[in-house]
Amino acid sequence: MIGVPLDHAMILCGILFSLGLLGLMLRRTLIFMLMSLEIMLNSTAVAFVAAGSRWLQPDGQIMFVLILTLAAAEVTVGLALVLQIHQRFKTLDVEVLSQMKG
Amino acid sequence: MLDLLFLVFMFPLAGFVILAFARGRLQETPAAIVGVGSIGLSALLTLLIGYEFLSTPLEDHAYTQLLWTWMSVDGFAPQFALRLDGLSLVMLGVINGVGFFIHLFASWYMRGDDSYDRFFSYMNLFVASMLFLVLGDNLLFLYFGWEGVGLSSYLLIGFWYKDPANGAAARKAFIVTRVGDTFMAVGLFILYHELGTLNIQDLMMLAPQQWAVGSDIATIAALLLLGGAVGKSAQLPLQTWLPDAMAGPTPVSALIHAATMVTAGVYLIARTHVLFELSPFALNCVGWVGAITLLMAGFTALTQTDIKRVLAYSTMSQIGYMFLALGAGAWGAAVFHLMTHAFFKALLFLSAGSVILALHHEQDIFKMGGLRKQIPFTFWVFLIGSLALIATPGTSGFASKDEILWLAWAGGHHDLFYAGLAGAFMTALYTFRLIFIAFFGQSHGHEVHVPHGLDHSLPLAVLAVFAVLGGLIPLPLESVLPHPHIASEDGKHALEAISVLVSAAGVAVAWFFFHKNRALAEKLARGNLISDALCRLWSSAWGFDWLYDRIFVRPYLWFIRVNGHDFVESFVAAVPVAFQRLHAAAAQSQNGRTRWYAVSMVAGAILMIAMVLL
Repeated sequence: MIGVPLDHAMILCGILFSLGLLGLMLRRTLIFMLMSLEIMLNSTAVAFVAAGSRWLQPDGQIMFVLILTLAAAEVTVGLALVLQIHQRFKTLDVEVLSQMKG
Repeated sequence: MLDLLFLVFMFPLAGFVILAFARGRLQETPAAIVGVGSIGLSALLTLLIGYEFLSTPLEDHAYTQLLWTWMSVDGFAPQFALRLDGLSLVMLGVINGVGFFIHLFASWYMRGDDSYDRFFSYMNLFVASMLFLVLGDNLLFLYFGWEGVGLSSYLLIGFWYKDPANGAAARKAFIVTRVGDTFMAVGLFILYHELGTLNIQDLMMLAPQQWAVGSDIATIAALLLLGGAVGKSAQLPLQTWLPDAMAGPTPVSALIHAATMVTAGVYLIARTHVLFELSPFALNCVGWVGAITLLMAGFTALTQTDIKRVLAYSTMSQIGYMFLALGAGAWGAAVFHLMTHAFFKALLFLSAGSVILALHHEQDIFKMGGLRKQIPFTFWVFLIGSLALIATPGTSGFASKDEILWLAWAGGHHDLFYAGLAGAFMTALYTFRLIFIAFFGQSHGHEVHVPHGLDHSLPLAVLAVFAVLGGLIPLPLESVLPHPHIASEDGKHALEAISVLVSAAGVAVAWFFFHKNRALAEKLARGNLISDALCRLWSSAWGFDWLYDRIFVRPYLWFIRVNGHDFVESFVAAVPVAFQRLHAAAAQSQNGRTRWYAVSMVAGAILMIAMVLL
């Protein structure tokens, strides 16, 4: 079976993950941070699928389904929170929202 | 029957628990029923067990009841076991028998006290601990009981805690005996380290196999145990707590500071006699500690004015006799004297208590006088106790004291014998000084309240009978303690005659100076510088309190003053300061900025991955 080599898939995952991470660290808007998290999750999911096809194991795809479910749950809660925050504070800027000091 | 042995100390323990939890809620009569009844049951059980034990001899003359294994750590598995043999049976009899009558008397003596049930809860705790001490199969449990009696002694000396002086006396007793206990604990550590067990029977079997006679390690172990015994039994040099312990109620003095607890040291040495036989030096020390204490306490008793302090010094002196006997290798005689002393000294203390209550808490003998006519019953029982104390022929004191003197002489310990003989003279002198001053002579016009009631008179009468006839009780000690080999009985009667003459001389001198011609005694005491100094030295108990104050208390207080801002504490105080700084730094990082959290999380993850990979 000829497919995409594992190295290429892993490099793609690395790039996606780094992009997500950078977005998480640099973006100030909550909704974009949430999207960056999604990108990071999906990059790992791709890594699982690629590794699964490299060793011809179904585990990678099973993990992908799991991650998908997880991401769906996370987004549900996250978006609900974002909506609430937006209603209450009329902004989604995390720098403005930094009120929970220890 | 024998398997009920554990109940012997469970009864007093249950009494303690009931009274301690019912604190303040029980009336006097139910409290007395619980407090005295528990000891009564225990005494009854002791009688039954003793009868069974003596009538059907066991194989090795001992009965061991294993209750459970306390813990099991790497070969160290102390068994919670009780052991009944001749020696512990004698001690059981003394503690429960004499203890019961003292409790009965106490139920009369303490009537009207605010914390009647608290008193009996402490007394029951004491009896339980003391029974634990003598029944323990293991030095560890013996030590447990040893500390338990120390605690109850502290609680009872400071029973009337509203007077700060009583609290100070209680603390003094606790701390001074603690010095001895520390020696004993170190001794136990050494024994366990060297022989690998604390079971008394195993120890006594292993020690002669592993240690040569006179070896250093045996001497050190024996001397450390002697240190514990000296502290508990108020012998030189840890004797200073006993006179102050008289601050407690009089039945306490009778039970703890005359009959039982203070003789625990004698029990300990008799129990571990094999160790002392391995070390002639330590055994000699025992004898000399006894002899010196016996004489010094005798002189001090001669100058005291408080009736209970006279008896306290007399107790110290009599325990000196027991130590002397131990030192001479007369183990059985020492235990015999322990028993007879418990009878007559408990009698003396209780009748002193009767006198004190009759005179509305007057303890100064020079304010008594002429009491013979006013409280005849108390006078007669006090006289019987005193006659036993000075070893009048026919009383129990004669049987035991002359046994000690004879064995000391026959065993070749002539110097100990002479010390004992001099002590006999002193005993007669101070005892009859007390009697002539307090019971004879002129009355001081006190309003005397004649004590009556069965709970007052019965204990005194029974103890008086025991003080006279107690010497006839045969002790089952042959299987436990070796009897010294005496070549011949020649001279025993001559010796008895000499000691009786010496005692009689003491009584005669007391009669001359303190009854017939008291002015002369006053003149002699205050006459010139030397006698004045001697009197002051004796009445301050040879200045030991002063000496210890200078050597230990003052330097310690000085050190505390100098080291007011504790040097060690500055290190300890640095720990919370460091944690406060760390806390402040960590709190800084929790700033509520989500992106900062994300960055630090990533940094942490990178750091950890780097640590794993590199």
